Amino acid sequence: MIKNFIAKAGWPRIIIGLFLLALFITAPFVGVNFFTSLNNTIVRFGMNSVLVLAMIPMIQAGCGLNFGLPLGIIAGLLGATLSIEFNEKILELLLQCATQYKISWLTEEFLTLHREAIGFASAIIIAIPFAAVLGWLYGKLLNRVKGDEMMIATYVGFSSVSFMCIAWLLLPYKHPTMIWGYAGHGLRTTISVDGYWLHILNDWLAINFKEDIVLSDSLTLNVNLSIPTGMLIFFAAMALFVWLFMRTKTGTAMTAAGSNPEFARASGVNVDKMRTISVVMSTILGAVGIIVYQQSFGFIQLYMGPFYMALPAVASILLGGASVNKATILNVIVGTFLFQGILTMTPSVFNSLFQTDMSEVIRLIVSNGMILYALTRKVRA
Amino acid sequence: MIRKFFDIVAANAVPAVFIIISAFAIPLSGFSTGYLIQELLTRIGRNAFLILSLLIPIMAGMGLNFGMVLGAMAGQIGLLLICDWKIAGIPGMLSACLIGTPIAIILGIFCGHILNRAKGREMVTSYILGFFMNGIYQLVVLYLMGPVIPITNPSLLLSRGYGVRNAVSLSGIRAQLDNLIPTVITGTEGTQQFLNINADSSFFLIQLPFFEGTIKIPLATFIVIALFCVFIIWFRKTKLGQDMRAVAQSQSVADSAGIAVNRTRIIAIVISTVLACYGQIIYLQNMGTLNTYNSHDQAGMFSIAALLIGGASVSHASIANVFVGVILFHLMFIVAPMAGKNLIGEAQIGEYFRVFVSYGVIALALVLHAWKRNREQEANRRTLREALKK
Repeated sequence: MIKNFIAKAGWPRIIIGLFLLALFITAPFVGVNFFTSLNNTIVRFGMNSVLVLAMIPMIQAGCGLNFGLPLGIIAGLLGATLSIEFNEKILELLLQCATQYKISWLTEEFLTLHREAIGFASAIIIAIPFAAVLGWLYGKLLNRVKGDEMMIATYVGFSSVSFMCIAWLLLPYKHPTMIWGYAGHGLRTTISVDGYWLHILNDWLAINFKEDIVLSDSLTLNVNLSIPTGMLIFFAAMALFVWLFMRTKTGTAMTAAGSNPEFARASGVNVDKMRTISVVMSTILGAVGIIVYQQSFGFIQLYMGPFYMALPAVASILLGGASVNKATILNVIVGTFLFQGILTMTPSVFNSLFQTDMSEVIRLIVSNGMILYALTRKVRA
Repeated sequence: MIRKFFDIVAANAVPAVFIIISAFAIPLSGFSTGYLIQELLTRIGRNAFLILSLLIPIMAGMGLNFGMVLGAMAGQIGLLLICDWKIAGIPGMLSACLIGTPIAIILGIFCGHILNRAKGREMVTSYILGFFMNGIYQLVVLYLMGPVIPITNPSLLLSRGYGVRNAVSLSGIRAQLDNLIPTVITGTEGTQQFLNINADSSFFLIQLPFFEGTIKIPLATFIVIALFCVFIIWFRKTKLGQDMRAVAQSQSVADSAGIAVNRTRIIAIVISTVLACYGQIIYLQNMGTLNTYNSHDQAGMFSIAALLIGGASVSHASIANVFVGVILFHLMFIVAPMAGKNLIGEAQIGEYFRVFVSYGVIALALVLHAWKRNREQEANRRTLREALKK
C-alpha cells in the first residue's frame, strides 16, 4: 500500500511534500501565522495556476515542456497594455453598439459600473489573437525541429523577450499612466493596473473571514482569511475547458500524437497539425494566465519581466507528478500548490528560525532539481 | 543545386549576418580603428580560452556544453579562496587553478553521469543543471562561506558576518597574466611620447611606420591560448580523441567497436569543465572584479553565443569558429550601444539589441541544426523506402 503510493508519487514529490508539511507544522511555533501563510499560498496558487495549466497541451502533444511560455506571456502583455491604452475608446465603442442595436441593458451606468471587468475582458480578448498568431508560427517552427523542442523553445522565449524590450521602447503608446513621464514615450518597466482591473477576480465573491479566537488566556488565534473565490473559479473554468478539450476528438488525437507519433500517423492522425494546435492552445493559455497573474499582483511587468517566468511553471507541473510527455489537471493543482506553498512558507519560517532569507536558494534548488529529475528519468516506451 | 545553395547559406548564415550588422554599426558608432583593435585584442585574450573549452564536448557529440558554468563556478571558488589567503600575482592564479581543478573534476563527473541519463537531450539538461548548480553554489558562497568554510578577510564578507559580497575586487591578480610579458605596438611618431610617460618600466616595443596611437597586447595570455589550441589539435589525434569522434558518429557502432561510450562522454565533459574553470580564472584576471553571483552565468551565455556566431553548429566546431566568433561577437558588443545612441538617440536600444542578438543567434543556430538533421533523416528514410520498392 505505502510502497505503491511511493512508487506512484515518486521520491522527490514525497520529500518536497514532507518538507512543506514540516514548514506548515513549524510555522506556529516560530511565530508565523498559520492562516495568513495558508491564505497567501492559496492566493499565489490562483495567480500561477493558469500559467501552469498552459503546460498541459504541449506536453500531451509530445512537444515537451513549454520553455517558450514567455511567448504567450508577451501576447498577454500586449493585450493588457492595449486594453489600458484604448480603455476609453472601448467603452465608447460599446456604447455606440448599444445605441445602434438597441441593447437596452447596455447603458452608460452599466458600463461605468463594470468598467474594470470590461477592461479585464478586453485585455484577454485582445491578447488571444496575438497569442494565436504567435503560437501558430511557434508551432510551425517546433514541427521542423522535432527532438530539440525544449532547448529551442527556451531560446525562442529569451530572444522574443529581448526583442519585445526594444518594441516596448519604440511602440507608439500614448496613455499617460503607462509611458515614462520625462521622456514622453516608451512604456514603463512596471505599470500599475490599479484603477483598471486590480483584484477584479480576487475580490469577486471573495470570502473574508476575520476573527480572534481565544483559546486560553495567553493564546489567541488571529484568523484573517480572504479567499480569492473568483480567481479559483476562473482557474476551475479554464481547467474544465482544458479537461473537456482533451476528451474531444481533437484532444484524443493530440494525446495519441504525443504518446506514439508513428502509431498516430498510421491511424490517420495529422501529427504536425495536432502539435500546432497544442502549441497555439498553450500560448493562448499563457496569455490568459499572465493577465490573471497581473490582476492579483497589481502590476504589468514589461521588459525583462517575463524572462524567467517559464521555469517556475515548468517546475510546478513536474512537481505535481507530470513527466516530459504526460500531464494531467491533477498534476497542475498538486504541483502549483506544493511549489507556491514552499515559496510562501520558506521565507517566513526560515526568517524566524535562522534570521536569514534562504528562500531564493531553496527555490533555485527545488525548481531546477525537479526539472533535472524529470529530464533524467528513463522514459517508459 | 538549390538545396546545395541552401546548405551553404545555412552553414554561413550566422557569421554573414554579423558581418553585415557590424559593417553598418561600426561607422555609426564613430569609434576609431585604434580603439576598436585595442578593445578586440583585450577581449580575445579575455574570452577565447573559455570558448575553446566548449570544443571537446561538441567533438564527442554532446552538443553545446551549457554545463560549462559548473567549471566557471569552480574557478570562482578558487579565486575567492586565494583572495582570502591574499596570494597575489601569478602564484595566486596558479593556486586558484589548483583549488579549482579538483572541484571542477568532481562537478564534471557529476555532470557527465547526469547527461548519460539524458541522452538525446544533453543540451537542455546541462542548461538546467547549470541553474541547479547555481543554487548549490549560492548556498555554499552565501551561507556556508564564513561559518563552515573559514573566510578571515572581512572585506570579502557581507556586513552580517557570513556570505561573500556581491562584488569582490581581484586587485591581487588583476591583469597579472596579461601583463606578464608587456608588449606594446606604437607608431613611429608616438614612440618617444610613450617612452616618456612609461620611462620606469620595461616593454617589448614594436614600432610600425604607418600607425597612430599605442596598443597593448596581452602576449602571455595569447601564448596560453595558443598552447591550448595546440593541445586541442593534438588531442583530436590521440586514441581518446578518435574515440570521442566515433561516439559522436554513432553510439551503438562505437559501443560494438569496444569503446566505453559512457566513460568517453564523461571524460569529454570533465575536460571541458576543468578547462572552463581555467578559462574563467583567465577571464576574471582580465576583468579585475568578480561578480560573485553573476559572473559564471554570463560566462556560459556569452561563450556559447560567441562560438555560434563564429559559424559553429551543435555538431561541428573548429578553432577558427572560436576566433571568428569572439571577434564578431565582441565587435558588436562594443559598437551596438553607441550605434543605437547615434541612430535613435537611446543607448538602451543598442543594449537591448545586443541581448536580443545574443539569444537570437543561439536560437537560430539551434533551429538550423535541428532542421538540417531532420531533413537528412527524412531524406535517408526516403532513399531507404525507394530501395525497398526496387
